[in-house]
Amino acid sequence: MTSQSPPTSTDNRGPAISADKLTKRFGDRAAFEDVSFEIGYGEVFGFLGPNGAGKTTTVRTLGTLLTPSSGSASVAGLPLTPANGVDIRRRIAIMPESPGLYQRLSVLENLQCFADLYEIPDARSRIQAVLAAVGLTDRANDRSGVLSKGLRQRVALARALLSDPEILFLDEPTSGLDPAAARDVHELIGQLRERGVTIFLTTHRLDEAEKLCDRVAILNTTLLSIGRPEDLRDQLFAKSLRVVTLAPLTDPAPVFGKIASVTRWNEEAPSTYVLVVQRLTRRGTGRHPRPCGCRCRRGLDR
Amino acid sequence: MRRVRAIFVKELREYGRNRSLVAAMALYPLIFTVQPLIAIFVAPSATAASLIGHHELTFMLGIPILVPAALAAFAVAGERQQETLEPVLETPIKREEFLLGKALAVFLPSLVIAYFVFTLFIAVVELFAKPGIAPALTGTDDVIVQVLFTPLLAAWSIWVGIAVSTRSNDVRVAQQLSVLSSLPLILVTIMFSFNIIQPSFELVVLLGALLLVADVIGWRLIAPLFDREKLISGPH
Repeated sequence: MTSQSPPTSTDNRGPAISADKLTKRFGDRAAFEDVSFEIGYGEVFGFLGPNGAGKTTTVRTLGTLLTPSSGSASVAGLPLTPANGVDIRRRIAIMPESPGLYQRLSVLENLQCFADLYEIPDARSRIQAVLAAVGLTDRANDRSGVLSKGLRQRVALARALLSDPEILFLDEPTSGLDPAAARDVHELIGQLRERGVTIFLTTHRLDEAEKLCDRVAILNTTLLSIGRPEDLRDQLFAKSLRVVTLAPLTDPAPVFGKIASVTRWNEEAPSTYVLVVQRLTRRGTGRHPRPCGCRCRRGLDR
Repeated sequence: MRRVRAIFVKELREYGRNRSLVAAMALYPLIFTVQPLIAIFVAPSATAASLIGHHELTFMLGIPILVPAALAAFAVAGERQQETLEPVLETPIKREEFLLGKALAVFLPSLVIAYFVFTLFIAVVELFAKPGIAPALTGTDDVIVQVLFTPLLAAWSIWVGIAVSTRSNDVRVAQQLSVLSSLPLILVTIMFSFNIIQPSFELVVLLGALLLVADVIGWRLIAPLFDREKLISGPH
């Protein structure tokens, strides 16, 4: 597992979230285990993994809904303990995968309820502000049950923003949305990022993580990797390219070494070389340096 | 208190807009009033003497047993079905506040319905029953029993209903189980109503005290069920 420090400053508040060998088990089954990472304030951190990898359980554990089986963590500067549950929940907000709106209540009534649960002072103006932020001011009196999934997701985001949280957990925020609605949610997340909100985003889409996140962790019960999205893409989707030259190269190093994306190569057979390519770009391996005079046969996805 | 009020107000709004719950709240009082009213109206004045010493009105204590049972079953199963439980539990609300908000939102409407129906029943009997029937039927003791036992029975039904609700994913199943769990209490009120059990002052006081203790124990037993992990993990 690779690990990198958070790129944004943890300043004197320490990390926004830190987990050290955090594990959650349900009976014999581990939902996630031995998970360690740190997230800085203002960072957008992606948690990437397939369905059932333990992403939602991690969010629920960090959000104090579930008690970890072992390991330790701190959230918003507070140790993750039952005694700190209420204080942690005051500082964070979670937008679950399902919007979870009271469908018989209007958008406004939903938000009023949650403003009271967070004991937000001057709730009325705060509600108007978050409705404006998600572009739903004109739908405030609509019953939640009649809204499209994209709009319900926006209401859920407005609800998560009500308490002006230090850390915002977004659990698969674009799951089940059409491309246009997903784009809207991406724009909203982009706006939050510009405002410096710390965001913990779970997703199973690498393109979403690449687009929105400063760093990404890949989880599949255990944490497989942490890094910048582009680095992880290269790790995950590194390609090899078989190159056949007209004649054997006496010294391949000056030829292949000039190509930035090629990390190593080996001679598979006389005049045949397999290049390991980190990223296929037009500038890198798309066109070959003239001296080799080779012709590519095919690229192989590993 | 603001968080308790938030849950209370939200629940009342939801109940008011849920047709099946409104129907249940209307149906149970009808079950306990229509048949007795018909029996009373057809009864000749001569039967008044035979009513003295009977406690027909205890039959109506079924209302504060069944109405809260039906409503309380919605408390957690309803949230679970709508997938609204998780967002609420992610707020700073404490489990006692959550439980209290839920319980009050069932308790107060149940009390209002039970007292309103009882008062209406008495008024109708006083106004329209044949002479002599009303005084024989509506003794002071019966009214006091009705007033005192209504909140005690409602509280017990709420704890049973909420306990069932925390262990269920389906509102209808929760309601059926909750109402079914209330039937032993209904049976007791019917036995009083038909004079199978002869109520004495001591027995009534003893039953009242027992119910009060049971209600306090109920709160203590139900509060741990509102642990976040238990609610999120559900009945599996």
